[in-house]
Amino acid sequence: MEYTYYPGCSLESSARGYDESVRFVFSTLGCDLIELEDWNCCGATYYMSIKETISLVFSARNLALAEKSGRDIVAPCSSCYTILYKTNQVLKNNPIMLAKVNQALKKDELEYHLNANVRHPLEVLINDIGIENIRGKTCNSFAGLKMAYYYGCQIVRPDRGLDDKENPIMMDMLFDALGARSIYFPMKVRCCGGMLMTTRSAVALKLNKEILECAVENGAECIVTTCPLCQINLEAYQDRINKHYGTDLHIPILFFTQALGWALGGSDADLGLKRNLIPFQLADKGIEV
Amino acid sequence: MIRGIVRPVTEKGSNKELDLKARFLQHISNIPDGKNLNKCIQCGTCTGSCPASYVMDVTPREVIALFRAGDIRSILSSRTIWICASCYACTVRCPQNIPVTDIIYMLKRMAIEQEIFPKRFPVYALSRSFVSIANRYGRSFEPGLLILYYLKTNPMNLVKMIPLFLKLVARGRIMVIPKKIKAARALSEILSEAQIMEMIVPAPEEYVY
Repeated sequence: MEYTYYPGCSLESSARGYDESVRFVFSTLGCDLIELEDWNCCGATYYMSIKETISLVFSARNLALAEKSGRDIVAPCSSCYTILYKTNQVLKNNPIMLAKVNQALKKDELEYHLNANVRHPLEVLINDIGIENIRGKTCNSFAGLKMAYYYGCQIVRPDRGLDDKENPIMMDMLFDALGARSIYFPMKVRCCGGMLMTTRSAVALKLNKEILECAVENGAECIVTTCPLCQINLEAYQDRINKHYGTDLHIPILFFTQALGWALGGSDADLGLKRNLIPFQLADKGIEV
Repeated sequence: MIRGIVRPVTEKGSNKELDLKARFLQHISNIPDGKNLNKCIQCGTCTGSCPASYVMDVTPREVIALFRAGDIRSILSSRTIWICASCYACTVRCPQNIPVTDIIYMLKRMAIEQEIFPKRFPVYALSRSFVSIANRYGRSFEPGLLILYYLKTNPMNLVKMIPLFLKLVARGRIMVIPKKIKAARALSEILSEAQIMEMIVPAPEEYVY
């Protein structure tokens, strides 16, 4: 199976481990990820705050480029995924906006015909490949490792038709089938604050503390996530949270493909595991199957 | 070419409530389900679901109440619209399907348009920094973004970020040189045209408010 790959800006910098592990997982499972030629930044939430039409144009350029190949687009970053998906949806439902966007894209001889399909790797793995097939290719089991599956906001809200909005279970199903043990984790879709960590850090620190504590109190040994911003918010500020709240948090935060890739036999280098700030030796936890 | 009305942006700094209301209604028609605003029953589910409502001066529920009371200026001057983390919890739980988060995005844009906010305001400063880099390179560039942002708001915070920055650099998680897309020039032409398109506002439908 072939997909157009849209890494997004984060995967080339702060979330490099995510990029490396997504590529590893897909190639191990026999799927080709063909990077979208000369993609541009999706615009993220910053752009939507400033100018609506321009931000849609900015993001739609990628859709116009991608639809040429006819392949589905796979965007690992939750934020890129939701922005591209939202752009697609707005343009499909608003012909005037589509006309305005195409008028602008014409300047580079591009035109969007509403034929692109934006998907997230988590959903692609489960729906296109299937959990049983993935399990068949694993060589390491999680052996009862307690994982907290943190979905955050962007992939479940607003409705993307991906999973339940209050209690998504895609990661739960996937990793439980591979030997992990999911824990009770009511904060699985609670916002991590996103860019508030930069603009209003006090708020974001509180939100992250609540998510981390919830995971730890319920016995999690690690947290697994799908979003670069969530990963860095949860991981890189545990020191500050400890200092501010007197907590003692030191829990590793992995991208879901890093954990999945390990089960598929990936090395630390394949999965960018050494890039994580809080080290986690998966090899010590699991058993060879 | 599209048939539409090219309207100049409302006079900058125009605070007349009528102008604001007209502008608000104009924008709302572009939001899918925006008109559901009418059906708000003031149940407060949005406020209850919001992870940041505890620091807001005007809660999400109150935003809608203020609009219906004809006081958009208070909304635009609030901290609320800038604290929203766009997590969409309010939107998915609203029993009347009001797209609260998208309305708040629209209010952010209106506040900027009407210049009702301090220029050094954190979220605006971050958005502007991001946009200037993205326009130029077609990609984001985190170090540049944060440097621009902290210089505009609070340079001391830049110093506080250094330890984390170094840890991330050591792990190859910081792009030290900005990357530019090949079609950067074409992109800027696209964006210039988009600027013009931004100003074309479709004729408003009948507003029954």
